[in-house]
Amino acid sequence: MKRYDAIVIGAGHNGLTNAAYLARAGLDVVVLEKNDYIGGAAVTRELQEGWHYSSCSYVCSMMRQSLHRDLDLSRHGLLLVPYLGTVAFGDDGSTLIDYPDEGAHYLELQRHSPHDADAMSRFQADLGRYAQLIRKTLMRTPPDPASLKPRDIREMLFLAKEFRALGERELYEYIRFFTMSAADFLDDYFENDLVKAAMASPGIIGTALGVQSPGSAYILLHHVMGDVDGNVGAWGLARGGMGAISQAIASALREAGGEIRTCAGVERIVVRNGTTVGVALENGDELHANIVVSNLDAKRTFTKLLQPEELPPRILERAQNFKIRGSSGKVNIALSGLPRFKGLPDNRYINRGGQTFAGSLETMERAYDAWKRGTWSEDPFIESIIPSAWDPTVAPAGKHWMSNFVQYCPPELADGPWTPEKRDAFGQTVINKLERYSPGFKDLIVHMEVRTPHEIEAEIGLTQGNIFQGELTIDQLLFNRPFPGYGQYRMPLRNFYMCGSSTHPGGGVSAACGANAAREILRDLKKPNVVPDDDCYDE
Amino acid sequence: MDRYDTIIVGAGHNGLICAAYLARHGQRVLLVEAGDGAGGLATTREFHPGFHVAAAHTVYQFSPQVAKDLALEKHGYTSSGEPLATVGLDPEGNHVALTAGGVSGVDAADAASYRRYRAALETFRDALAPFWMKRMPGIGGNSAKELLTFAQLGLRLRRLGREDMLEFFRVATLPMRDLMDEHFTNDRLKAALSWDGIIGGRLAPRSPNQSVLMLLYRLCGEHGGQHVVPKAGVRGLIDALVAAATDAGAQLQLGTAVRQILIEGDEAGLRATGVELASGKRIAADRVVSSADPQRTFLELVGPRYLEIEFSNRIRRLRCEGYVAKLHLALAEEPRFSGLERADGRMIMAPNLDAIEFAFDDAKYGQCSSNPVMEVVIPSLREPALAPAGQHLLSAHVMYVPATLKGGWTTEAQEALTSRLLDELERYAPGLRKLVLHAELLTPADLETLHGVTGGHWHHTEFAIDQLLMMRPTYEAAQYATPIPGLFLCGAGSHPGGGLSGAPGHNAAQVILS
Repeated sequence: MKRYDAIVIGAGHNGLTNAAYLARAGLDVVVLEKNDYIGGAAVTRELQEGWHYSSCSYVCSMMRQSLHRDLDLSRHGLLLVPYLGTVAFGDDGSTLIDYPDEGAHYLELQRHSPHDADAMSRFQADLGRYAQLIRKTLMRTPPDPASLKPRDIREMLFLAKEFRALGERELYEYIRFFTMSAADFLDDYFENDLVKAAMASPGIIGTALGVQSPGSAYILLHHVMGDVDGNVGAWGLARGGMGAISQAIASALREAGGEIRTCAGVERIVVRNGTTVGVALENGDELHANIVVSNLDAKRTFTKLLQPEELPPRILERAQNFKIRGSSGKVNIALSGLPRFKGLPDNRYINRGGQTFAGSLETMERAYDAWKRGTWSEDPFIESIIPSAWDPTVAPAGKHWMSNFVQYCPPELADGPWTPEKRDAFGQTVINKLERYSPGFKDLIVHMEVRTPHEIEAEIGLTQGNIFQGELTIDQLLFNRPFPGYGQYRMPLRNFYMCGSSTHPGGGVSAACGANAAREILRDLKKPNVVPDDDCYDE
Repeated sequence: MDRYDTIIVGAGHNGLICAAYLARHGQRVLLVEAGDGAGGLATTREFHPGFHVAAAHTVYQFSPQVAKDLALEKHGYTSSGEPLATVGLDPEGNHVALTAGGVSGVDAADAASYRRYRAALETFRDALAPFWMKRMPGIGGNSAKELLTFAQLGLRLRRLGREDMLEFFRVATLPMRDLMDEHFTNDRLKAALSWDGIIGGRLAPRSPNQSVLMLLYRLCGEHGGQHVVPKAGVRGLIDALVAAATDAGAQLQLGTAVRQILIEGDEAGLRATGVELASGKRIAADRVVSSADPQRTFLELVGPRYLEIEFSNRIRRLRCEGYVAKLHLALAEEPRFSGLERADGRMIMAPNLDAIEFAFDDAKYGQCSSNPVMEVVIPSLREPALAPAGQHLLSAHVMYVPATLKGGWTTEAQEALTSRLLDELERYAPGLRKLVLHAELLTPADLETLHGVTGGHWHHTEFAIDQLLMMRPTYEAAQYATPIPGLFLCGAGSHPGGGLSGAPGHNAAQVILS
């Protein structure tokens, strides 16, 4: 029977990236995917004839440009369209438009608050600086703070040097930012509810924290530290949908001689006295390989693919305590035309980017309060985007498709498990809110797909549908991710690695986890590193 | 006009301790206190004829080193009171009790888990303990000597061994809820144990980052987190501190409000040169030490015009909103709590973590909790002198009560909350309402007026990672010295923080004397 050098479980963008680099280093590698399509959460699916949904993730900002270039993803068909900004809708129907032109943006902010108009440049500059520090760590393997290995000490010194270089004042501001709540942080700059809400939205997306929870300010970064074509902080949309990213990486993988098998769900990882030797598929086949890499989340990997008796002490406990909480929902809608929104005289603004619907931090926090009680808010936070407005390939001519990301949506309901009826009620809540801002919206709906954490987990296997493969709190970041002592992609079984967002640097379609894991694997195999360093924009 | 080596603003326990240390080293020290009694938030007041209580109703983390240095025993303070059991109250009487001996009222699994939990916390506590009682280095640009403190910290953490060190880095920022869920199943146990990690701050069980550090801080000191009503109550401690300070030669002037800290400038720059009293009288000193909170000290007593703009902005944005109210009841006789022989413990009225979390949710939006949670103590059971013979007083910390209430703290709002609290108490102690001779509710706003603490905040400013250690209250003023030469801080707004620990007063004195 055929024996591979490496098996990668899960054809999400990180698994594909990991495999692509292993293949480029000359390894005979196969990626196993349980679904009949690849991409995991970076996927495009034709769920209604003629409409191509980015049914899970919907914007691209964190994708490492160094990987984009190194894997030559443009040649493999990836085209990123800049995302031009968001219209924030207030609870009272007022709008705040995020013009790319600074002058226009300033005047727009002044409409709401002259004070906030002046504070904005300071806010953007500060956020940009904080992002710099993190960006430098994205493509580096975190040091083990308890290790005395030269490499770990060198890496600790690197971090120490970066911190010291900041100087007292900056270091203080950084520590403050990385530990405080998004609400407190925004209160330092802004006074206007809508301005705060518009700036806060990245701070809650995907997380089981509220804008008032300490630690939520940091999550703001996870959505502004990206870059599109070297355009720092920019967001982009993949032409053809998010699946185009996975397809391009897959194409790079195949070109390097790698293999992808779909409809090949892994039943369990095969372990022989502390060493992983392969996997057993759901169809009964066994595949063998020198190393096994899991792109699944840490909880699923250790509680579902491995047997407790195969694990070293405490690892099962760590996996069970790993925080991977469902907090998001998604409503994908096929529309017969462009919706018109109140407060926007014509529609051209929609073409510029997306919309957010939450007029104040209190509205967002109350949505979190509802989640804590095992239900969803009647007035949820919605981040919408209508990619068809500038990507004609995702909907029939003259028709449109709209992605609505909803925060919060509980993984389990206080009144029992999710049912199709409850799922549809959740969907109704969302379109009812949209109808309030866009009278006649419901009449445009051709088809709609509602995803609660339940559906997301059932389809792509993210535990509880957590989009980051694990909460982005300090106890699960850097060398703590996924578990203390295992922050370097090597897992507590010989020849076993992880390469998904459960590892450093975490979620967001960055492909950094997969690439970092590949670098560590090649290191263990004593093969030359083929993974590029990250771009560094030092300002 | 008279002249002193040091004038200390505020005779809270930290002001008293700082004064005592300085006076013992021969300084001429003047301690001025606006209130009629010393002690700040630990001042014992007669809230009803014959009934005495302090906002801080127990002692649980006082520094044994301070007690020893200042010979507090000799001045009448004895901490030898038997620790109060912490009781997770249940209306049906299925209580959970935590004592030095362990936990009762839970299943075997939780009891075993509690021993491991407690052991782990004590390991971490011991690793950090030395650092509460010393000046922190600057956040950056330190001398080699200062960096040594960091090295020591690193070394102590290393000595924990690989497993524990890594575990500490993980646990240090966990929310109480996660820490509890990882260890226990009993709801009342979880609520009672997380209480000390949350109370006093703008925190709920799901809030990450600071609560474990707060818990470890509270576990330090002579009682290791066990709550005690000392002889003569908290007043016993304060009286001893007053005696220690005055015996050492410090002068204490009560009822003496400071209008401003005098700042004078010359070519050498600004310098604090004394204080001006509300009476208009000016008193000169080589240095001024403020035990008032940072916002009051810098924004009111000094004034922004003497401060670099970024510094005063950092002080202005400190988070100083208190969320704990105080309820005092004068009772005609000893109250009976369902299922309790005697209500002589520290009783936590919070059925589970959600109850605390949801109580917080109301306060987030400037409202009082519709279902408040409480810590209740009946100090007169331990120290009968606090109430008339045969009668008792009930003292409760109430969460969550915002300093600034939507619609303002009207009499109606106060009465509504008081009556809501009495209903809640009635559930656990049927018949208690009938025993009430007098009820006093002190909202954080009242605590501010009464004791001059901004926002009525227990810790003067939030006990949060970005306001701790070398960043408390800000990096420019974290070593007790401030940007203004001759002006020092010694209150809860300085490292390590609030609570009756005495550490800030002690550390500030060491800095001034060195």
